[in-house]
Amino acid sequence: MSPQELRRRHWRLNRWLTASLLGLWFVVTFGFSFFARDWDVRVLGWPLPFWLAAQGSLLVYLLIVVIYAGVMNRLDRACGVAEPEE
Amino acid sequence: MGRRGESLRFFRRQLNKVYRWYTGGFLLFLLALALLERLGLPRSWIGAIFLLATVALYAAIGIMSRTTDEDAYYVAGRSVPAFYNGMASGADWMSAASFIGLAGTLYLQGYNGLAFVMGWTGGFCLVAVLLAPYLRKFGRFTIPDFLGERYGGRWPRLLGVFAALLCSFTYVVAQIYGVGLIASRLTGMAFELGVFLGLGGILVCSFLGGMRAVTWTQVAQYIVLIVAYLAPVAWLSVKQTGSPLPQWEYGQQLDKIAAKELALATDPKELQVRRVYEARANVLRIKLQDPAAALVGDRAEAESRLQALRDRHAQPNEIALAERELALLPKDEASARAAWRRELEDSETKSGALNGMAPHELPFAGDPKGSGAQQREFEASRWNFMALVFCLSIGTAALPHILARYYTVPSVREARQSVAWSLFFIALLYVTAPALAVLVKYEVLYHLVGTPIHELPSWVSAWAKVDPGLLSFKDVNGDGILQLNEISIGGDVIVLATPEIAGLPYTVSALVAAGALAAALSTADGLLLVIANGLSHDLYFSMFDPQASTARRVTLSKVLLLVVALAAAYLAAQKPADILFLVSAAFSFAAASFFPALVLGIFWKRATGAAAVAGMLSGLGITLFYMVTTQPWLRSVFHVSGPVRLWWDIQPISAGVFGVPVGFAVMVIVSWLTPAPSAEVQAMVDRLRYPWAGED
Repeated sequence: MSPQELRRRHWRLNRWLTASLLGLWFVVTFGFSFFARDWDVRVLGWPLPFWLAAQGSLLVYLLIVVIYAGVMNRLDRACGVAEPEE
Repeated sequence: MGRRGESLRFFRRQLNKVYRWYTGGFLLFLLALALLERLGLPRSWIGAIFLLATVALYAAIGIMSRTTDEDAYYVAGRSVPAFYNGMASGADWMSAASFIGLAGTLYLQGYNGLAFVMGWTGGFCLVAVLLAPYLRKFGRFTIPDFLGERYGGRWPRLLGVFAALLCSFTYVVAQIYGVGLIASRLTGMAFELGVFLGLGGILVCSFLGGMRAVTWTQVAQYIVLIVAYLAPVAWLSVKQTGSPLPQWEYGQQLDKIAAKELALATDPKELQVRRVYEARANVLRIKLQDPAAALVGDRAEAESRLQALRDRHAQPNEIALAERELALLPKDEASARAAWRRELEDSETKSGALNGMAPHELPFAGDPKGSGAQQREFEASRWNFMALVFCLSIGTAALPHILARYYTVPSVREARQSVAWSLFFIALLYVTAPALAVLVKYEVLYHLVGTPIHELPSWVSAWAKVDPGLLSFKDVNGDGILQLNEISIGGDVIVLATPEIAGLPYTVSALVAAGALAAALSTADGLLLVIANGLSHDLYFSMFDPQASTARRVTLSKVLLLVVALAAAYLAAQKPADILFLVSAAFSFAAASFFPALVLGIFWKRATGAAAVAGMLSGLGITLFYMVTTQPWLRSVFHVSGPVRLWWDIQPISAGVFGVPVGFAVMVIVSWLTPAPSAEVQAMVDRLRYPWAGED
């Protein structure tokens, strides 16, 4: 593949990853809080809506940023757009 | 292996060594002070030592990092490793609001306070995938830089500077105010003096070394603040549940709180107290219908009571008490109205269940299955929660002082990693704050409520004496036992009192204050730098004097930093009203002004300069309009009259929820209506999207 085609693929996959992670962010942040009153159950001693807002969402956010960094750095190398190793 | 790579690796090893020594030294310092306290060192000394030692430490780092080099002054030489940039960003991000205010808000609002937790952390997901890597590839010095290069012309940059100044300046005034408060409380000095001492602390960190000094002091400040926050909470947790990890355990405390809340709602003593406050509220409502007459009546009553005491030759202290009561009456109708309105609010809160607080784990207010009014209340509460989370998230991803941090890492790869580290270091505190709120509420509900007043723990009376605004209680129904509705707890006291609640020595209380100071100083530094650099680099250099030498630009930055800091300190010393609102408003402003322009600039080549200008103006305009017409303080400042008309029941604090979509829509429409950007600009946008596209 020519460098140009590799770059196009890189940008395409970047956008796809970005959209997916943003979608996940949206669902966890707004989806879960919208139904907070309805999901009034207890899981492992915790009220579910409270735990989701106080801890669950933070875990997902951390996963999102870690996954993005890891996947993109690998993608950079695969498509030849990674910064030169110093 | 390149020279730069090798020197960066060496630098990283040096950093690890330096900060390991720093952390070790800090812990030894704590132990030494705790020991000295045991041996009798008075509290005021301990407070002063903490204040001076920590500020001296930051000053030392600041002076060691002094520079006149442009790269070092604006972006710390782009040599800050991702891990350390994460810590610096954490400190930069967490201001006194996070450190002191968050746990307090969570205590008072329960689930609904979690909007702040989700908003202020979730925003970093947006930073990671939409902004940080691309800004780092852009690689200049400031955010208006990006707007100027991407959109051309001078208006996008100018608007960017204006928006950055607006957000950062309101935010920094609030931080300096916080610094003054903490400094004065630690040492007992006057508030104004505390402000200027804090100002000195801020300046020594940032004045000489710019971003380089600010970065390394922020790392040091992060270490202080995270130890100061986590240690007391862990100790309190051990005291309550035996586990030092409250974040893991506090689910069971939530259970117990819910049970107690249920019991208190029907407790006859609580109902008694509530009726007393309701009666008071009724009296006050009648008084407020005609304050002038009521004041005259009050005064006559107090005077006749005093006269009666004098006539029957009562005890001198009884007479003195009656004289004081007469003297404390409001002087005129205006102050009477203000005072009684405050009292009415207070009485109305205290006549409600659970001292005006919602059940801790209950999401939103109202009842989706209740009456029409209750359903409407539920909907409004739910939408406001989500609107607030929206504004705080988008605002997080748009505040210039955070975005600027990602200019300082060595590479795009490290920029992405740095956002992850930032979120990790921030999450350490943000996952602990709800736990702290729950632990303290448990303490209040189980160890204070229902206890005879003379048996209350010592920390209650100690804090009530220090500041009745923060904590006070009154035995309103005269039964000698404390009911929940008889206490008034201000949110800020939660974090400050935790060491004492946990039974820790005063050294830890001073540590907490030092941590709050570190949080406020670090954020203030970051904000001041944005303001000064915006004025010197974006306004002066880019627009007035592009021939200015590096030395002149850096010097101008330093001078402006000083001037702006003094202006902010002056304003902070006036104790402006509604500081918390101003800080939250800064998020909505930043979100509406910057977010659409930045994101579309990166992801949409067709976005034009005219569209950016239109988008920024309309987004910010709508947000300002909504706030000025609905927020009480702003309405009084701008003399807005007429009824408050909320759009879909959204509170003014979340005005950004209208500004952001409007900004996006306007940008898209105007872009289509104006000629596409030049091939050069489009190529520039293209280059932004790859960490390395064949350049060198």
